[in-house]
Amino acid sequence: MMIPFAQRLEGLGYPELQAARVDTLQVNLGWRCNQACKHCHLEAGPDRPEQMARETVEGVIQAVARWAVPVIDLTGGAPEINPHFRYLVDRLYELGVHLRSRSNLTVLLDPGFEDLPRFFRDRRVELICSLPYYQEDLVDRLRGPGTFQKSLEALRRLNRLGYGEPDSDLELHLMYNPAGAYFPPHQEDLEKIFRRELEKRYGIRFNRLYTLLNMPIGRFKEHLQRSSNLEMYMGKLAASFNPATVMGLMCRTLISVSWEGRLHDCDFNQALDLPLAAGLPQTIREFDLPALETRAIRLEDHCYGCTAGQGSSCGGRVAGEV
Amino acid sequence: MSDYYEDKDLPRFPELAKYRPELYDIFMNYYQEVMAAGALTVREKALIALAVAHAVQCPYCIDAYTRVSLESGSNMEEMTEAIHVAAAIRGGATLIHGIQAHNVAAKITF
Repeated sequence: MMIPFAQRLEGLGYPELQAARVDTLQVNLGWRCNQACKHCHLEAGPDRPEQMARETVEGVIQAVARWAVPVIDLTGGAPEINPHFRYLVDRLYELGVHLRSRSNLTVLLDPGFEDLPRFFRDRRVELICSLPYYQEDLVDRLRGPGTFQKSLEALRRLNRLGYGEPDSDLELHLMYNPAGAYFPPHQEDLEKIFRRELEKRYGIRFNRLYTLLNMPIGRFKEHLQRSSNLEMYMGKLAASFNPATVMGLMCRTLISVSWEGRLHDCDFNQALDLPLAAGLPQTIREFDLPALETRAIRLEDHCYGCTAGQGSSCGGRVAGEV
Repeated sequence: MSDYYEDKDLPRFPELAKYRPELYDIFMNYYQEVMAAGALTVREKALIALAVAHAVQCPYCIDAYTRVSLESGSNMEEMTEAIHVAAAIRGGATLIHGIQAHNVAAKITF
């Protein structure tokens, strides 16, 4: 029987988990995506109608301008597909914030999006791009047929613009996630393997590799249930709980806003439709930094996914040593 | 018991410490030290362990070291090559013993 996550933290002396500050606003521009990956916690895909409206985009810009949030992290779905994506990036660039955008890479080859790499370069956007392995078969099984070759082509185009080069300030990071019900390898060890293999096989360069554990929600949870792995996976998450990850959890420095403009402690809570705790601002229009940066974080058992082993976050592993 | 090998028995390994726990502890300390990164990486050791697991045909070890290999970044090509190494050594070991048969035959035949 698994101990509830909140109880586990209480046993460590944390009756509640409090935010430390808010230095990142993660903006989910919608759940539409040109891919439909097997692990996606949002069950994003080409047929999803959810897209952030212009009015909500304006709310994001106003909140960032008023509260001077230093880092804006754009995600989706494929955030680039949102019709207001370029408008939002331009306004945020004018505000001088650090811009980070997550890309599935293949969208950069789609008609109407081919100029995006230059658009990103000209606005110094940091890119975090999904590439779960350096071999075709595994990537295509996880992300759909043809994904790997398209991803390589997109990476080559980014490299040609200066992204991912060691002496460039155009940051290109890769995001790894396992192709199934197992944990990610040690991040730094895997980064060395990726760097060696991507350079040797395809001449591709990148800055950092981030490892992300598959969260047992959404499409990945359905896979775990279908393959009779859910109990094993949840048990392994709980058994691998690492107290050293708790203070570094991303929810302690990040807040997430959904395509509807609702505030959440993270993108996973957003997927589960778990709002911020009662009494806190609930929408981007109500964004209030002092209230949010001292908030108590909403915890459920999926939080074990961020505290297992080396820990996991949208910025990779959390703890150095396991 | 429906089968001699049950996957739910693998996590019961620590039950072996019920009797002569000091021996279990010595073994586990040794085991953990051996499998930690040293002159070889954890990934390389997991591939060796996977190959040996097949050579000794231990379903528990095959289960465990398939997972460890994936979790240390190995792919199916590397894991399958490691299993072939085990198969090659087992096959070679069988074949080299043929010299003993040849020796015996040479000794007792014209």
